[in-house]
Amino acid sequence: MSDKEARVTQAVLYLDGVSVSFDGYRAINNLSLYLAHGEMRAIIGPNGAGKTTMMDIVTGKTRPDEGDVLFDRGKHDLTKLDETAIAELGIGRKFQKPTVFEMHTVADNILLALKGPRSPFASLFGWRNNVEREKIDAILETCGLTAHRDRPAGEISHGQKQWLEIGMLLAQDPAILLVDEPVAGMTDAETEQTATLLREINKTHSVIVVEHDMHFVRALDCKVTCLHEGSVLAEGTLDQVAGNQRVIEVYLGR
Amino acid sequence: MITKAFFARFDKLAMWFVIFMIAVAILVPLSNLLLPASSPFHVPTYLVALLGKYLCYAILAISLDLVWGYCGILSLGHGAFFALGGYAMGMYLMRQIGTRGVYAHPVLPDFMVFLNWKELPWFWYGFDMFWFAMLMVLFVPGLLAFVFGWFAFRSRVTGVYLSIITQAMTYALLLAFFRNDMGFGGNNGLTDFKDILGFNVQAQGTRAALFFLTAMSLVLVFVISRWMVSTAYGKVLVAVRDAESRTRFLGYRVEHFKLLVFTVSAAMAGLAGALYVPQVGIINPSEFSPANSIEAVIWVAVGGRGTLVGAAIGAVAVNFMKTTFTTGLLAPYWLFALGGLFVFVTLFMPKGILGVFSDLADKFRKPKAEAVTPPKLQVAE
Repeated sequence: MSDKEARVTQAVLYLDGVSVSFDGYRAINNLSLYLAHGEMRAIIGPNGAGKTTMMDIVTGKTRPDEGDVLFDRGKHDLTKLDETAIAELGIGRKFQKPTVFEMHTVADNILLALKGPRSPFASLFGWRNNVEREKIDAILETCGLTAHRDRPAGEISHGQKQWLEIGMLLAQDPAILLVDEPVAGMTDAETEQTATLLREINKTHSVIVVEHDMHFVRALDCKVTCLHEGSVLAEGTLDQVAGNQRVIEVYLGR
Repeated sequence: MITKAFFARFDKLAMWFVIFMIAVAILVPLSNLLLPASSPFHVPTYLVALLGKYLCYAILAISLDLVWGYCGILSLGHGAFFALGGYAMGMYLMRQIGTRGVYAHPVLPDFMVFLNWKELPWFWYGFDMFWFAMLMVLFVPGLLAFVFGWFAFRSRVTGVYLSIITQAMTYALLLAFFRNDMGFGGNNGLTDFKDILGFNVQAQGTRAALFFLTAMSLVLVFVISRWMVSTAYGKVLVAVRDAESRTRFLGYRVEHFKLLVFTVSAAMAGLAGALYVPQVGIINPSEFSPANSIEAVIWVAVGGRGTLVGAAIGAVAVNFMKTTFTTGLLAPYWLFALGGLFVFVTLFMPKGILGVFSDLADKFRKPKAEAVTPPKLQVAE
């Protein structure tokens, strides 16, 4: 018990014994995962391993059938909260398919994401109507979108949308960033830049990255968790995980 | 750059719209009252009433555009809020009749005497006071929208399902108001009005004043709506319209945003109904009919969704067509024309009348804009 307590109090995100089924199919099966404060974690695994479902559970989109999902040293039980409440606590998410507000300009996308009061009245009368230009520009600078500031987000390229989403996450300034396949559809150079950007972000935030691209995962240089059939198959450095016999079987053996 | 230019122009458009409407509000009544009937600029009284009716529809259209065009809530029941506002005004007007009714009862309206009622139902109390009735004009539709929205948005009813239940809501109210027991005059509704604030509702001067108030209300509703959509709140509404679940993950309580805009919009529709009733002289349950609400959606689509100005233009244009169509040989075909118009606009003018004009304006501006921007574009690539 004290062992569990120690794990809970050290973790910014704590998943223990989590399971969820969809129509009898166990998408997540007794999954346990602990993310320490300030840690970056890469999650790999074949299709259907439960990577995205895990993110759905953490962000409140899906409720687990059983298990504990605790945030910030066990202070908050995420299974009892909805998407909005979880986002307000400080868990930001970037989706697999980049979803930005296409009719809004790039700058307005960042504006809407900025950390601050989010009630209807606050947005009618509040500070979000008088945000200094510099604040938004600083974020656009970080994700390399300064030149596209006033373009509608629907017009920018796929890779730029991915960065805009990361920029929106930065603006939210969450305690944990959940990043789902950030380099899908990116060129090698863009992938490289994204890895640099995420390492930079990790200096001040905890990050979970779901990714298939092994070059990218290597560039992140962090602890790796391999999921398979909804539970953890292996955990460790990329070399340890890649050398694991079970992992090789799962990835290549079919 | 393009969006920026668009917004700059849009602000200009909004400004021109306000100036134009204020001019209409002043000039139409003045010309009706002061110019001799022989003058070519004289606006006859029947036309003042007709234009006043159009402007009430324009207010309804703007209120609908606010929820549909900006927040993506396709309400097929906005006619209900309009009718409720109209009934609140009608109740005030009924109580002003006093002893001048057919049965000359000092308190009870004629239909209640006819039904052999002995006293005024509790929900008719207070409607002899103008300020109270005006409060109810905004409050009753607002409350209905709040309660309805609270359940619907909290349960995340969206899209076509939401449209269907708004339609069911107005249909249920239609059936309810048809019943004599409801205490709102059954299928005859409320009519035979005499006075409003002591002035004869039929008098030329009162009609001119009502027109002025309607046009100024349109300006007010437009300015409030325009302000709402230009704030961060309005940006969140558009975000909800385009990517609702993404907005949730960003930490916005989507249901609260929808609830506020829906309630405000319903109160605006109620105001439109209240201005409508003294100008047409009657309110009856047919105002709740689902077809009315659907027609309002067509006005907005025809004028240009998500532009506010377009909604007002669409309401006036379609109703002008309706008036010309339904008085001639073509009368039996009006509904076919209306349906055809909707199909045509959806297929060939997705941005409505206003969209066609702004596209044309873009074509004229383009050469000039390109001459200025090439260096910028190269940086962008």
